[in-house]
Amino acid sequence: MKIAVCISHVPDTATRVKIGPDGKSIDPAGVTYIINPYDEFAVEEALKTKEKIGGEVIVISLGNDASKESIRKALAMGADEGILLKKDGYFDSFSVANALAEEIKVQNCELVFMGKQSVDYDNSITGQLTAEILGYSCVSVVVGFSIENNKITAEREIEGGREIVETELPVVITAQKGLNEPRYASLKGIMASKKKVITEKPAKEVNNLTEVLSLTLPPSKQPGRIVGTDASAVPELVRLLREEAKVI
Amino acid sequence: MANKILAVIEQREGKLKRSAFEVITTSKSLAEQFDLETAAVCIGSDIDNLDEIAKYGISNIVHIKNSELTNYSPSAYTELAADYAKEISADILVFSNTAMGRDLAPRVSVKLNAGCFMDCINLKKVDNDIIATRPVYAGKALLEGKIISPIKIITLRPNVFKAELAANPVNPVVEVKDVTSPNLKTKVKEIKKSEGKLDVAEADIIVSGGRGLKAPENYKLVEDLAGVLGAAVGASRAVVDAGWRNHGEQVGQTGKTVSPKLYIACGISGAIQHLAGMSSSRYIVAINKDKDAPIFNIADYGIVGDVFEILPVLTEEIKKIK
Repeated sequence: MKIAVCISHVPDTATRVKIGPDGKSIDPAGVTYIINPYDEFAVEEALKTKEKIGGEVIVISLGNDASKESIRKALAMGADEGILLKKDGYFDSFSVANALAEEIKVQNCELVFMGKQSVDYDNSITGQLTAEILGYSCVSVVVGFSIENNKITAEREIEGGREIVETELPVVITAQKGLNEPRYASLKGIMASKKKVITEKPAKEVNNLTEVLSLTLPPSKQPGRIVGTDASAVPELVRLLREEAKVI
Repeated sequence: MANKILAVIEQREGKLKRSAFEVITTSKSLAEQFDLETAAVCIGSDIDNLDEIAKYGISNIVHIKNSELTNYSPSAYTELAADYAKEISADILVFSNTAMGRDLAPRVSVKLNAGCFMDCINLKKVDNDIIATRPVYAGKALLEGKIISPIKIITLRPNVFKAELAANPVNPVVEVKDVTSPNLKTKVKEIKKSEGKLDVAEADIIVSGGRGLKAPENYKLVEDLAGVLGAAVGASRAVVDAGWRNHGEQVGQTGKTVSPKLYIACGISGAIQHLAGMSSSRYIVAINKDKDAPIFNIADYGIVGDVFEILPVLTEEIKKIK
């Protein structure tokens, strides 16, 4: 079976966000880009699944040439081939999902993994949208996954617990931290990845359904007061929380 | 412009979630601003407190009912919610950005060809558009935008929009629509609850611990304080990655973004990823030995001191007033 993993190339979580000159996106100067952290769990799960049931792992990413770096990383972890759907500018989750769905159809992948969200726009909907566009089942925010023939059992994180979800192929699974421990690329893997093919093609053009008007920094919080330096400050802290903040 | 707004509300185990009332209040307020009609829909089996919605000002409630719909089924809920939205020609759908809302809203959006704005923290009317604000980069920036498709879907970050009792309560009219053989291709077989634990995403008060606690067994100090406050226990990424705590408790980028009314950070220095996830809390208390820890830059109240000394005293002091 062909297994697809969709990944995105995003600013490192340690990034201090600055707003770009257009006032609608971040200033990329000095920003390090990485494979989206949740996508690493998706890559790992795809590789584990391939090791169990066989097949081929295809990495699909939408973006510009820079995204090849993250595709290469997934290839070094052990994925078989990469596809870069080329697109510049702003694209919302809806147009991303359409482009991914189109390629998943072309590749005929019945099992699709992706991170539960990208840590840039934090929408956490691309997996669900892609599944719905394809008419696939979907389990999102998954922390446990197993496959037997075409039956899928997945554990999905919800408030205060987990849902044990049953479904069937074809399916899109969105990975949450806790699903597995992503492997490190071995030196051999890194060398091998250099020989693997990344196919480039234009992404399917679909109009966005949303528009960004502005991006701003949140109002900065002023440091408050230091109530004390040892346990003798505790009664005063409790008083402030009760009488001033009125939160306890 | 639109003429009908549909509040899609959530039940868990036959009871409306608190976030359902936030959705009702916000839907009603949007309806007033845009001069729209409102309706509410809830999918489930038996639901105890559906008529409570009326106290928040929406009278007509449709309960889509089947005994197999007690738990969330992505396939069934998507079809039923989308079909109902089509039936009443809803133009705006409002969900809460809970585990269910986040899963359901985008799927319904595909069926309705609607744009989705997720996890909104503010909505305002400009001309005849809804302008929504949502945190991006885990809260390091705020994005303002709008939906350009005719049908619009919005999800609300829980705990941000107020649930307000209506000045003039209305009489509840609950219409039950029994459905037969819902599409259970994807279904929840079982729910495993974390034993008696409050989730950080839903808590009013969070007590979080970090590396300053030095060892997993010392987390008891955090749990004790959380216990007397009725708070959820949170964690920094460092202690989750070290395997002390479950990922479900992690606050910050690659964890949960939270906005409780009180956040108490114990032995957390305040890495940028952590601050992004909790700095929108209404009040922040920091307890840390290092006076230069970045957490103090955003804390309302700080104690520069040893968590091992301070936490037991704080727990005792709070016990006295509870």
